[in-house]
Amino acid sequence: MSADFLYGIEVIINGLMAGVLYALVALGFVLIYKASGIFNYAQGVMALFAALTLVGIMEGQVPFSHLINAIFGTDLHHFGWEVPALLAIFFTVLVMGLFAWLVQKFVFRHLVGQEPIILFMATIGLAYFLEGVGDLMWGSEIKTLALGLPQGGSRWVEDLTSPLGGDDFYGFFIDKLDMVAAVVAMILVTGLILFAQYTKQGRAMRAVADDHQAALSVGISLNFIWILVWSLAGLVALVAGIMWGAKSGVQFSLSLIALKALPVLMLGGFTSIPGAIIGGLIIGVGEKLFEYTIGAPFLGGATENWFAYMLALLFLVFRPQGLFGEKIIERV
Amino acid sequence: MFYREAGDFKTSYKSDSQTFPIAFDRYRYSAVMAFAYCVIPFIINDYWASAILLPFLIYSIAAIGLNILVGYCGQVSLGSGGFMAVGAFACYKLMTAFPDVSIIIHVILAGGITAVVGAAFGLPSLRIKGFYLAVATLAAQFFLVWLFNKVSWFYNYSASGQINAPERFVGGYAVTGPNADAWAKYLVCLVFVTVCALISRNLTRGTIGRSWMAIRDMDIAAEIIGVNPLKAKLTAFAVSSFFIGISGALFFAVYLGAVEVGEAFGIQKSFLLLFMIIIGGLGSIFGSFAGAGLLVVLPVALKVVGVDFLGWPTDLVAHLQLVVVGALIMFFLVKEPHGLAQYWRLAKEKLRLWPFPH
Repeated sequence: MSADFLYGIEVIINGLMAGVLYALVALGFVLIYKASGIFNYAQGVMALFAALTLVGIMEGQVPFSHLINAIFGTDLHHFGWEVPALLAIFFTVLVMGLFAWLVQKFVFRHLVGQEPIILFMATIGLAYFLEGVGDLMWGSEIKTLALGLPQGGSRWVEDLTSPLGGDDFYGFFIDKLDMVAAVVAMILVTGLILFAQYTKQGRAMRAVADDHQAALSVGISLNFIWILVWSLAGLVALVAGIMWGAKSGVQFSLSLIALKALPVLMLGGFTSIPGAIIGGLIIGVGEKLFEYTIGAPFLGGATENWFAYMLALLFLVFRPQGLFGEKIIERV
Repeated sequence: MFYREAGDFKTSYKSDSQTFPIAFDRYRYSAVMAFAYCVIPFIINDYWASAILLPFLIYSIAAIGLNILVGYCGQVSLGSGGFMAVGAFACYKLMTAFPDVSIIIHVILAGGITAVVGAAFGLPSLRIKGFYLAVATLAAQFFLVWLFNKVSWFYNYSASGQINAPERFVGGYAVTGPNADAWAKYLVCLVFVTVCALISRNLTRGTIGRSWMAIRDMDIAAEIIGVNPLKAKLTAFAVSSFFIGISGALFFAVYLGAVEVGEAFGIQKSFLLLFMIIIGGLGSIFGSFAGAGLLVVLPVALKVVGVDFLGWPTDLVAHLQLVVVGALIMFFLVKEPHGLAQYWRLAKEKLRLWPFPH
């Protein structure tokens, strides 16, 4: 097999890995959208906030230290202890749960029954708010997430695959972190599906997603389910934040992964969990392949920003509800 | 007492269908206009012009444009930053290609070019609706910004990738470039704002505006009563992009003077414009002004209070600004989803009955 062809395959594999990460973010969107009809733009910032909180807790930073220092003229920065990773993750999950409760109590409970666009705008406001709070709480400098996840290319895969090609082929280069992310994403999705299928709360969640009024009439607390769903989205955001944060450092650009997830959602449909995953894979492979074959050689590169949207747009023209979305039925 | 229809008799069709039916409104409007045209140019200085007045006027045009699309026609667009970039780059190319033609004509032509681009990106709206469309317009945003970054023809092959506005004159006075006076820039923007507001006000009261609103309220029903959705949606995209293009051209040529596309017209700009019309009020020309005013003044005010009075570090104030803007948006949506314009309407209703509300 020629080296070009093999490198093409390598691009596809890397695209699949990137797609898994996109799908991870998109998953959080789908969860909230299905249960409450809220299109949560803040999902990306939630990932950033979760990752910031995790790093902050692990390093024992004093929350809001900048603000406190500015007001009282003190010089606080660290408590002076370090929290082990697992415990810190536990605390972060608690923080995200608290966040879900606050959001539900102060914002979205008052917006029930509003038009979807109003809800969407509220989540953009929430994104700004959360970004500001995250920076105020933990500072805005780039942080490294030291969870001990493996980094760099996998020698094992390289050695294993190099005999496939000739002398000018050195084997597939696949980031170990991407492989970990793919495994974690699979575990997360399986866990979510099991949760939705076999637990009482999961079934209640699906009932709410199906029909709010019917769910209410059989005694399901909408408020509780919404808090639950936001907490789950927070958990997914934490996982996404850990994976992306380990890859590129915990910094502002992490919140932009929401923009990466949007075309995935369009493609897969806003209401479908399998859609989010398959959409993520298609987008991941599509944009890497386009960049490799056309973007970088002919168009000057950096096409990844918009290609995903164009691809999704193309799909939408033929299927306006996305690949797996519920069929849009319009009644007058 | 002052603000009511009583005693204000209409004797002709013209007076019956005028923009401000209440006499007090007309006086107030004239007073505002007189103040804006005859007083401010004499007291304006560089700080006020560049910190508040110019951005307010320019964002007002863009907000009116976006409000036509989102507020009147109901098509949510997140691509307005990209369309502003089209206006800016079209203006730049025209300014450098035809240096003898007046800048005013260039700005208008830039608006026209943006209208064509906007209508092209509006085509998917015939098939895609709601959120799917909102996300689809992001394609325009990212694609256009990438295009202006990568194709060096657009920035005349300059090494930095920036575009710089050359000096141009209106009636002998410089309005672009480093030597332009604050009052000249202000007046140019003010004229554009006035004309745009008048056009949009009358468009939205007429046939075309009504067809937009019919599409917004329910597109299928509108189609059944004979509104052509193709025409209504595409004109909304075109008119909206026309205004946004003009504001992009002014933003680049008159206000900033030098622009780097990703920085000036990124996705943040699209969101900023959307916030303006949400906080100001969807489907209201006054709301566009109110929202633009609030979001221009708020960061300046926060900076003055935080940095100058309290002496806090700048980055801290910038973060607080995010928190305040975010909280404000959520607060407005919870308290009054129809924005500042609704408060204005309520105030007017109250004024009509004042001082005898029973």
